[in-house]
Amino acid sequence: MIAVENLTKYYGSKLALDQVTFEIGRGEAIGLLGLNGAGKSTMLRILTSLMLPSAGRATIDGLDVVQNARAVRSKLGYLPDIPPLYGEMTVHRYLMFAAQVRGLGNKDAQHRVAEVEEMTSVREVGEERASHLSHGYRQRVGIAQAIVHRPSVVILDEPTSGLDPAQTVEMRSLIRSLRSDHTVLFSSHLLPEVAHVCDRVLILHHGALLGQPKMSELAAVLGMHTVLVRVRAEPPGPRELLAKLEGVHAVEVEHEGGGQIEYRLLLNPDVRPQLARTLIEHGFDLLRLDRPELDLETVFLRLTGHKAPALGTKHANGRADRPA
Amino acid sequence: MRMVALIVRRELGAYFRSPLGFIILSTVLLLDGLLFNAYALGAEERRSSAVLMLFFFYSSGTTMVASVVISMRLLAEERQTGSAALILSAPVREWEIVVGKFLSAWIFLAVVTLSTIYMPMLIFVNGSVTLGQIVAGYLGLLLLGAAGIAIGTLGSTLAPNQIVATLLSAGMLVLLLVLWWVGNVTSPPLSTLSAYAAFYPKHFPPFMNGVISTANVLYYASATYLFLQIAVRALEARRWH
Repeated sequence: MIAVENLTKYYGSKLALDQVTFEIGRGEAIGLLGLNGAGKSTMLRILTSLMLPSAGRATIDGLDVVQNARAVRSKLGYLPDIPPLYGEMTVHRYLMFAAQVRGLGNKDAQHRVAEVEEMTSVREVGEERASHLSHGYRQRVGIAQAIVHRPSVVILDEPTSGLDPAQTVEMRSLIRSLRSDHTVLFSSHLLPEVAHVCDRVLILHHGALLGQPKMSELAAVLGMHTVLVRVRAEPPGPRELLAKLEGVHAVEVEHEGGGQIEYRLLLNPDVRPQLARTLIEHGFDLLRLDRPELDLETVFLRLTGHKAPALGTKHANGRADRPA
Repeated sequence: MRMVALIVRRELGAYFRSPLGFIILSTVLLLDGLLFNAYALGAEERRSSAVLMLFFFYSSGTTMVASVVISMRLLAEERQTGSAALILSAPVREWEIVVGKFLSAWIFLAVVTLSTIYMPMLIFVNGSVTLGQIVAGYLGLLLLGAAGIAIGTLGSTLAPNQIVATLLSAGMLVLLLVLWWVGNVTSPPLSTLSAYAAFYPKHFPPFMNGVISTANVLYYASATYLFLQIAVRALEARRWH
């Protein structure tokens, strides 16, 4: 469906994409994951033929994005990082325009616009001007315009960016619903976003593809049997007790203080039920027992064998990379 | 042509649904009315054909300014707001985008220009001018406006925002206007070439006097075509960025 081969892009002398190669099959939902400036938007803009690569090749359904740009565009739906809305148009008029400019006839466009308004829950704002919409609705209308012409591939650039938690959950569910009819490629710098929606992730860093694990493989890379356990206790707490349990391979203190201790345990196999029973039987109040949230820094560190890219650098959120 | 028609309809809607369209319309009407009363009619007695000629002279100035202001938003605004991604990622050819945008701006300019028709009609009713002079004058304004809009379309295609687009287009227009001066201070063949290429003195005044010459019509049509062609190439070249 999408085949990318040694794709390279320079902005002047700055390398934005470095010989990226991957394939995406029909009906897959793929997350393009990377920190800000990793090359995600550049990749998506090349695939939508808005930008030409410096070298390499990308095809969609066998059509080259450079040589057959128009044919490629008719197969694509694209939501850029800023929804491409015309502020003075009502949502309904805008979607009609988006459908017709992608080649749908008037009747088909009317039918299809009604469908996507329903699917993306924007019908109630159909007569409102796009400039009056909230951020959440703007993103929804952005997705509606991207799918209104029944494209085989839907490309979404940071679709959950700037949404509040409730809107994010709705957006995830909307993106998941697209998987039945479209191949979905969407970018994010948040691993949990990708984890909730995708079959596989493409991990970009400094323009290079670090890996493309399936979500299940990614879980293994990250160690899904890593668990966090918090109990009410004073040091040393139940550390020795935990270490003696069968299936527990490592115990590290994550935090301690305030009468509580949190441990990071490496389990194999998953012995969480036995773990819970043992702690409670020994009189400890169990406050937490769960898997740690997947985070992008850890993925980078694991995928690069701890020779982390940009180790010691600060991210936009102010956190510094640290060895795992 | 379906895509062109779609783009024209959308863009015209944008002019009439936004304050900018009405601000341009009312400003041009106000300026043309003031200039007509203060200078064309004036205090001294004039032949009605001279009054009409002066009306078209002043209107040509407001038309040129209006063409730059009307066209500044065409692509630059889309680039500023991010809406360009919709049309540029759709299966629409670059020339269809440029021609659609140009036509919408030109139609809007025509509405603005033709809304001043009551002034020549006052002269026609109360004085002694031919309809031919009025038709020729308006044809001249529309042709001049078309070339101005084409220059504005190019400026808007090249610029990252509307302010730069306005400055760029105004710069190109002024350059074409002052070519007659280059013609005055140089010797042939440069003077001949400059005088012919100049935007105004050789090609517009005949329209004001009611003369429609093929050469002048061709000049403005060629200028329009040339600037639109460059705009199409500039839009195609943006993919290389």
